[in-house]
Amino acid sequence: MAKVGIVLVSHSEKVANGIKEIIMEVAQEVPVATAGGTDSGEIGTSFVKIVAAIEEACTDKGAIIFYDLGSAMMNAEMAVEQFPEKNVRIAEHIAILEGTYFAAVESSMNKDVEEILSALKNSFQHSK
Amino acid sequence: MRLTVEKTINWMERMNEIIAEQKEFLTDLDQAIGDGDHGINMARGFQEVIKKLHMTNYSTVSDVLRDVAMTIMSKVGGASGPLYGTAFLKMSLALKGKEEVTLSDVAKAITEALNGLIQRGKAKPGDKTMIDVWDPVANYINELKSFDPDGIVQIAREAMEKTKDLQASKGRAAYLKERSVGHIDPGATSSYYLFLALSDVMKEGD
Repeated sequence: MAKVGIVLVSHSEKVANGIKEIIMEVAQEVPVATAGGTDSGEIGTSFVKIVAAIEEACTDKGAIIFYDLGSAMMNAEMAVEQFPEKNVRIAEHIAILEGTYFAAVESSMNKDVEEILSALKNSFQHSK
Repeated sequence: MRLTVEKTINWMERMNEIIAEQKEFLTDLDQAIGDGDHGINMARGFQEVIKKLHMTNYSTVSDVLRDVAMTIMSKVGGASGPLYGTAFLKMSLALKGKEEVTLSDVAKAITEALNGLIQRGKAKPGDKTMIDVWDPVANYINELKSFDPDGIVQIAREAMEKTKDLQASKGRAAYLKERSVGHIDPGATSSYYLFLALSDVMKEGD
């Protein structure tokens, strides 16, 4: 059964890959794709890399994107707009490591995108 | 005024020249309140834009601006990639299908770009961002009866300078809170250069 995919968008390739390593310990069967750093491997994010990561991780059930800093989110939004037919959503204002870990576990239990997003919200978004 | 394909390409070439000249200055501004990559990112982005524009033949201004947007989106890593990408894409969409681009078309395109920036960056005027330049320029150009290059440059420059006294509430500078006061915003500065470049090109006459 297809599981919700996870896309990791970080300003750093090492951060994205490091988080992926941590997640793979708990949820090997969940598709996880990374988009870390710019096209030339520098600090930053790449719209092109995010588009490719969505293509890699998104299943029939969809995918959730996690990002680290603000400009990563803008690039993630633009990338999502390239896939109007896919159920790709961005986890907004969720810490990337805790969020992806939590979502990977939820996804491995066959939860759908909406269920995972609302569980994330309940667990991580406390009133300010 | 009439914005032609040739003028649009000249506009981007002039922008590329100014950015190349001011690369160090933009970097200095960004090192003060951001992550220090604005000069390098913009310089690389517009170099790629010029390469792309020289490889292609265009029949409409909209097509030129679309390629500018796509190149910046794919080649610029920092926040300026999605933001300038959005601005040029919105301008391209606003001018789609137009053979002749008049002053009122340009005014509409700049307004659409501003709306796109507000939506993408979730910032508003006064947040110490590029929007602080785009907003007054869009308002000014919408009221013009004929194109006024010097007036636009003046509005844009004053708007850029005003960002110095603002406290950032969006973008990387927001992390600095009150320490962001006293520095001109780098994105506002590169936006000023964009309108300066447009004015320079339009001054050369039709």
